[in-house]
Amino acid sequence: MKSPQERPRWLDAKENVTKVARALYVVCALAVLADLIIHRHAEVGADAFFGFYGLYGFIGSVFLVLAAKQLRKLLKRSEDYYDV
Amino acid sequence: MTFELNPGLLLIVGGVLLPLLRPGLRLVWMLALPVLGAYLLWHAPEGNHMPFEAFGVPLELYRVDSLSRIFGYIFLLATFLGGIYAAHLKNPLEPSAALVYAGAAVGAVFSGDLVSLFVFWELTALASVFLIWARGTERAFHTGMRYLVVQVGSGVVLLAGLLVRWQETGSVAFDHIGIDSVGGVLILIAFGVKCAFPLLHNWLQDAYPEATPTGTVILSAFTTKLAVYALARGYAGTDLLIWIGALMTAFPIFFAVIENDLRRVLAYSLNNQLGFMVVGVGIGTELALNGTAAHAFTHILYKALLFMSMGAVLHRVGTTLGTELGGLYKSMPWTTGFCIVGAASISGVPLFSGFVSKSMILSSAAYEGHYIVWGVLLFASAGVFHHSGIKIPFFAFYAHDSGKRPREAPGNMLLAMALTAVLCVGIGVWPSALYALLPYATDYIPYTDSHVLSQVQLLLFSALAFTVLMRTGIYPPELRSTNLDTEWFYRRLGRNLARGISNAIALGYAVALELVAYELRRLVATLRRQYGPGGVLARTWTTSGMVLWVAAMLGAYLVFYLV
Repeated sequence: MKSPQERPRWLDAKENVTKVARALYVVCALAVLADLIIHRHAEVGADAFFGFYGLYGFIGSVFLVLAAKQLRKLLKRSEDYYDV
Repeated sequence: MTFELNPGLLLIVGGVLLPLLRPGLRLVWMLALPVLGAYLLWHAPEGNHMPFEAFGVPLELYRVDSLSRIFGYIFLLATFLGGIYAAHLKNPLEPSAALVYAGAAVGAVFSGDLVSLFVFWELTALASVFLIWARGTERAFHTGMRYLVVQVGSGVVLLAGLLVRWQETGSVAFDHIGIDSVGGVLILIAFGVKCAFPLLHNWLQDAYPEATPTGTVILSAFTTKLAVYALARGYAGTDLLIWIGALMTAFPIFFAVIENDLRRVLAYSLNNQLGFMVVGVGIGTELALNGTAAHAFTHILYKALLFMSMGAVLHRVGTTLGTELGGLYKSMPWTTGFCIVGAASISGVPLFSGFVSKSMILSSAAYEGHYIVWGVLLFASAGVFHHSGIKIPFFAFYAHDSGKRPREAPGNMLLAMALTAVLCVGIGVWPSALYALLPYATDYIPYTDSHVLSQVQLLLFSALAFTVLMRTGIYPPELRSTNLDTEWFYRRLGRNLARGISNAIALGYAVALELVAYELRRLVATLRRQYGPGGVLARTWTTSGMVLWVAAMLGAYLVFYLV
């Protein structure tokens, strides 16, 4: 268990978590802008568009989470559902 | 050296003998056997060794070729790493069962005919269930029984399939089978059960999270990858498998997002990774089959690493429920680090092992014009990063601080995780060593500017989605719950049906019994009326009355005589 004298960690501060998030936003922007410098060789055609993989990854992930959230309404039961 | 012995048999015999050894020797034995097995395999030339005949059927107990060899090596490597991870165990049951199980899987990989395959196939089921039962809880006992029914059932279907095929073709050789015959379809179903095909998959998510911390690491390596090997051997190029595989990559990840038990999340993601391999088998080109073999190899390592890290958490905290964890990085920094290496590998981050194997399958799907499947695989790649790559380390080691400060994992667990992590990074950085082991010669280059950039973009924006959803509070919180899956059909519907039928039978029996009893009572009453005390036939008659009747009879006789 946590002891009272424990030293606080860098990530414990809320503003530092915000810093991490902002760093991610910057890196994401850089990764998309890299499309301007590096010519990506398209695998299927559609993926030649600017920022295709970023967009696909973002939309795919948001869809996954929102769909799973709806799925939970349908599938969620109590923890001891099979025990009784 | 020309001593040719299937390394699987070595492990099986070694596993049976292990409990007889002194406790100090058991660990040495456990680690020496897979090393010796790999040595035997290294020196075995390609070809069919150990042939013999049983009941007039020619069997091949040790077929070495490029496909069986790579699966043999990774199985032996997983046995070795699992042995280190389990080195702290005092009870010999688990190491013994693990060796027999691993040996059965290795034996099956080198089986050149379906009969030997069947024998080893069933032995994997029988040996592995002890890794679940070793947990010692009633819940684990019941889970183990369900697991056993499914696994042995898969073997029974395999037996039926091989008998039909024997009738159809007169051969039990284990080569390309295909689905254009009844036997072929039956055998595919048997393989599909073990490979956790959609709707046949739920034994995996049911059983693996209920095994011991060490047992799950072993379980995750063998059964399903043996099935992938068997599919690659018998059904390469079967179009149906492309669609089955694509479905497998996509649907388990929705369950993984809302699952609370982190080891069950890993079981769902295992299912999703198998999907990539099945797609590779279905495409069936040299590149795709290489991708399947490579992905099986890297997957066994990073999945073992992820299960090891969660096993360490279970060992120290006693639970892997996301709701109970959080903030563990403060007291388990090494385990956290190794978990992140496993997470990066499964997500296909460049320089980690998953990247160099999964790319081959995605590329082959694109080259063969399977654009929809390619899109599904890309979605599943983003999804796997989401639920395995981020969710597992985040909810266990970061997220909200649970206040728990468990000790760091035991030294042997850390060593096993460190070795596995080094292999994950090593394969990612030097893929040529892995590529040299693949079934077909390849000049595939994973590290092109295009590949790296597209994968980095995909992963970064998945992480962005997670961050945004998390910070806006849209992300569904971890909840203590059970989520319904196909197991509902046998654990709830089937159980209730069985209960209903048994209640109906009990009721019918009781009614029938009551009817019989009623009839018997009536019969007894009738008899009692006729023959009982006071009944017509049991009445005592007076002597004078009898004399009168005799006199009457004699009188009547006299009358008849005279007439």
